[in-house]
Amino acid sequence: MILDGKCPTGPIEKTWDKHRFDMKLVNPANKRKYKILVVGTGLAGGAAAASLGELGYNVEAFCYQDSPRRAHSIAAQGGINAAKNYPNDGDSIYRLFYDTIKGGDFRAREADVWRLAQVSNNIIDQCVAQGVPFARDYAGYLDNRSFGGAQVSRTFYARGQTGQQLLLGAYSALARQIKAGTVKMFNRTEMLDLIVVDGEAKGITVRDMVTGEIRSHVGDAVVLCTGGYVNVFYLSTNAMGCSVTAAWKAHRKGAFFANPCYTQIHPTCIPQHGDKQSKLTLMSESLRNDGRCWAPKNKGDKRAPGEIPEEERDYYLERKYPSFGNLAPRDIASRAAKEQCDDDRGVGPGGRGVYLDFAASIKRLGEDTIRERYGNLFEMYEKITDENAYKVPMRIYPAPHYSMGGLWVDYNCESNVPGLFVLGEANFSVHGANRLGASALMQGLADGYFVIPYTIANYLAKTAPGKVKADNPECKKSVDDVNNNLKKLMSINGKKTVSEFHRELGRIMWENVGMARSEQSCKEALKKIPALREEFWKNVKVSGSGAQFNQDLENAGRVADFLEFGELLTRDALYRNESCGGHFRVEHQMPDGEAKRDDENFCHAAAWEFKGVNAEPELHIEPLKFENVHLAIRSYK
Amino acid sequence: MSHDKTMNLTLHVWRQNGPKDPGKFEVYEAKNVSPDQSFLEMLDEVNEDLIKAGKDPIAFDHDCREGICGMCSQVINGMAHGGQDRTTVCQLHMRMFKDGDTIYIEPWRARAFPIVKDLVVDRGALDTIIQAGGYTSAHTGGVADGNALLVPKDIADYAMDAAECIGCGACVAGCPNGSAMLFTSAKVSQLAVLPQGKAEAKRRVQEMTGALQECGFGNCTNHYECQAACPKGINVKFIATLNREYLKSIF
Ligand SMILES: Cc1cc2nc3c(=O)[nH]c(=O)nc-3n(C[C@H](O)[C@H](O)[C@H](O)COP(=O)(O)OP(=O)(O)OC[C@H]3O[C@@H](n4cnc5c(N)ncnc54)[C@H](O)[C@@H]3O)c2cc1C
Ligand code: SF4
Ligand code: FES
Repeated sequence: MILDGKCPTGPIEKTWDKHRFDMKLVNPANKRKYKILVVGTGLAGGAAAASLGELGYNVEAFCYQDSPRRAHSIAAQGGINAAKNYPNDGDSIYRLFYDTIKGGDFRAREADVWRLAQVSNNIIDQCVAQGVPFARDYAGYLDNRSFGGAQVSRTFYARGQTGQQLLLGAYSALARQIKAGTVKMFNRTEMLDLIVVDGEAKGITVRDMVTGEIRSHVGDAVVLCTGGYVNVFYLSTNAMGCSVTAAWKAHRKGAFFANPCYTQIHPTCIPQHGDKQSKLTLMSESLRNDGRCWAPKNKGDKRAPGEIPEEERDYYLERKYPSFGNLAPRDIASRAAKEQCDDDRGVGPGGRGVYLDFAASIKRLGEDTIRERYGNLFEMYEKITDENAYKVPMRIYPAPHYSMGGLWVDYNCESNVPGLFVLGEANFSVHGANRLGASALMQGLADGYFVIPYTIANYLAKTAPGKVKADNPECKKSVDDVNNNLKKLMSINGKKTVSEFHRELGRIMWENVGMARSEQSCKEALKKIPALREEFWKNVKVSGSGAQFNQDLENAGRVADFLEFGELLTRDALYRNESCGGHFRVEHQMPDGEAKRDDENFCHAAAWEFKGVNAEPELHIEPLKFENVHLAIRSYK
Repeated sequence: MSHDKTMNLTLHVWRQNGPKDPGKFEVYEAKNVSPDQSFLEMLDEVNEDLIKAGKDPIAFDHDCREGICGMCSQVINGMAHGGQDRTTVCQLHMRMFKDGDTIYIEPWRARAFPIVKDLVVDRGALDTIIQAGGYTSAHTGGVADGNALLVPKDIADYAMDAAECIGCGACVAGCPNGSAMLFTSAKVSQLAVLPQGKAEAKRRVQEMTGALQECGFGNCTNHYECQAACPKGINVKFIATLNREYLKSIF
């Protein structure tokens, strides 16, 4: 099937305004009759639930943590982009649009990206009004910094805790609606199924993580804002509880999964210290404003960094990409670091690291300025590694970080299942094959504050409120299915723990479908993943019972879904016989090692339809048209 | 950096099945712990062994494991978050301990935080305090340009110092009265100094302090244990700001 993104036509700069006018509205008095279920209350879901509640809809919101303030958006460090052009350095909505399309290696829809760039400015205003303490200069004006993939300074920040401050802003707006009674919040509640009635999304089945109760909630529309899936690699910069579960359950109920192979490996993370490690920690990309990446020029050079003289260091990003230097986009910077290490010039344990060196900036600006800019990051680095990065260069290595792929949605953020909307990192919409730094926070808030309040009305206006009742047979069936699945997990009583399976899956994924992929490695993974999944269902050991607080059971469910999803990711990576952005197929590279796209055959989104666990999914294609930014080879030289 | 020496530790861990269960300490051995492991990774290993032995693993809250979500919450050897300066449990590393150490691990203990299981408590009362007024009533859309309101750097910095609170509740666990004054004062102060928050400052401080009482938190009697327990270095000067704001609001 050829998918239609339902993008408005005409001059790109008018598309969103025109579309807003063309959409249907719900009369203010009728809004409270519609119940909207918002799953996930990070930036996307928190902003959506607060805004929809404020409009007068009857909202129920869900998250798995004990408070909406703890969604993983909280961990974002560096900043959020907007096309304000406050520094007067040549920025514009058009340039942000252009940079995002190019940064995504021409694999995103133009109209969606335009809208994102257009509303980016409203986001900053909104957050300021909420009391988000963005960095200011002495005169009181908002300050900006630079991020990868851009030659203008358009990133707004709050020390090294931008995500925290933006999330607390959304959380406070949500708190206000909870108090007003428009939003009912369900903490420690995990969605384990989507309820589809007559082809439309009308509810979810959840597990109360404190009591173990399984129950369904019905509504007039479901909005999934459940974040990304890179924990499929086991070690990543995501929080321990981040999972594909909500998206995967929706996928199993008919929602198409688009471009799952587009995963972002972030260049600047703290290298792994041992095999008992549970997660990896990011060092914000903003550090590349003042840090210089280098590796020793000589192979196997084991000297301490301070003993390696200047002329024996290779500042490889500056050498290879003189115009962007250390601010080359993430996919490029990650591959360049891996190249150094593969060439036996890596540093630290196992040679899996390169230096990020602040000596020159400290000399130029003073230690205090560097501390002011990145103090909390240096502190975090020291806690983990026991090293002082003001004195010795940081060691960094790439790690799984972000998922550009996600559930397929049209221009309205609606999936192919009517009534199911998907926002934030959980959808596939705007970042193409590679996301630029500081653009995910922007997307989450754009979707939540400024897109869904309009587009959901267009759907609701066409449906009668309260069409599906709690006694609908689909609800009971869904609750039974979830119960049976959990019972099955607990009855196996095998020999291996859930974490052991997760680690093994992570190893298969990282080695075969990680930073570099080939036809052979994908095929290898496609043999190993189903075998591991089979073993899981025979030999996993889950402790306790379902009817109680049980973290082992929570994990087991998530890993079971990753074991199905990992296969789809790999299939997509095998299918996409080109390199683009974060998807690097070793068979397709330029003579200098850059990603080589195949626009003739792959200038489209690949959206997969679920056909059963051991069955081949069906591929649907949405062709991509570039009418404003012309298809070109991405160059950051 | 990497140390090759591993250590063996004895853990006394608080186990409690639910809010009404009496609860007690159980003793576990943690073997071959690497100094580069985090405290939670050490507990993960203990749990792996418990699961394999068919026993109930220790329940503890955690998520980001990088010191920012505020989910982790354990009293270690009598100190909330283990007592290392400006450090959450998840950022605590085993190099802090020596071979043969005995470690006591308990949940946050406070009247307003009922125990859910083992080391997991219910901190919903902190959300209730924010819901009482920890926001500006900005509508989505229809706000002024971000630069329309100038906020001098020192004010922005002061607001940010307060806004760094991660809502973990260690201040409550560390306070002999179980007061959430530091937590509440951080939000009140952040919004009171910013021009965006001034319009509602009076109502905010009254409603938030009112909620503090209703949720069962104790009173603040200036012990300042909260500041010592706080992993984000939230300063007790914000309590003084809250008190000033409160006085202003009643006159
Ligand atoms: C360490 C780190 C640093 C980053 N830094 C930046 C940066 O500087 N700039 C930038 O732009 N981006 C950054 N990003 C990316 C960005 O933070 C995320 O992409 C974005 O915040 C995701 O927001 P979200 O609302 O989509 O998802 P999340 O914030 O992850 O929220 C997901 C929500 O869904 C809920 N949930 C998930 N599954 C279920 C379920 N089954 N049932 C119920 N609830 C569920 C969770 O409880 C949570 O509330 C960073 C990411 C990381 C990991
Ligand atoms: S004030 Fe400190 S201790 Fe209290 S909740 Fe905030 S961060 Fe935690
Ligand atoms: S787990 Fe997030 S702060 Fe410790």
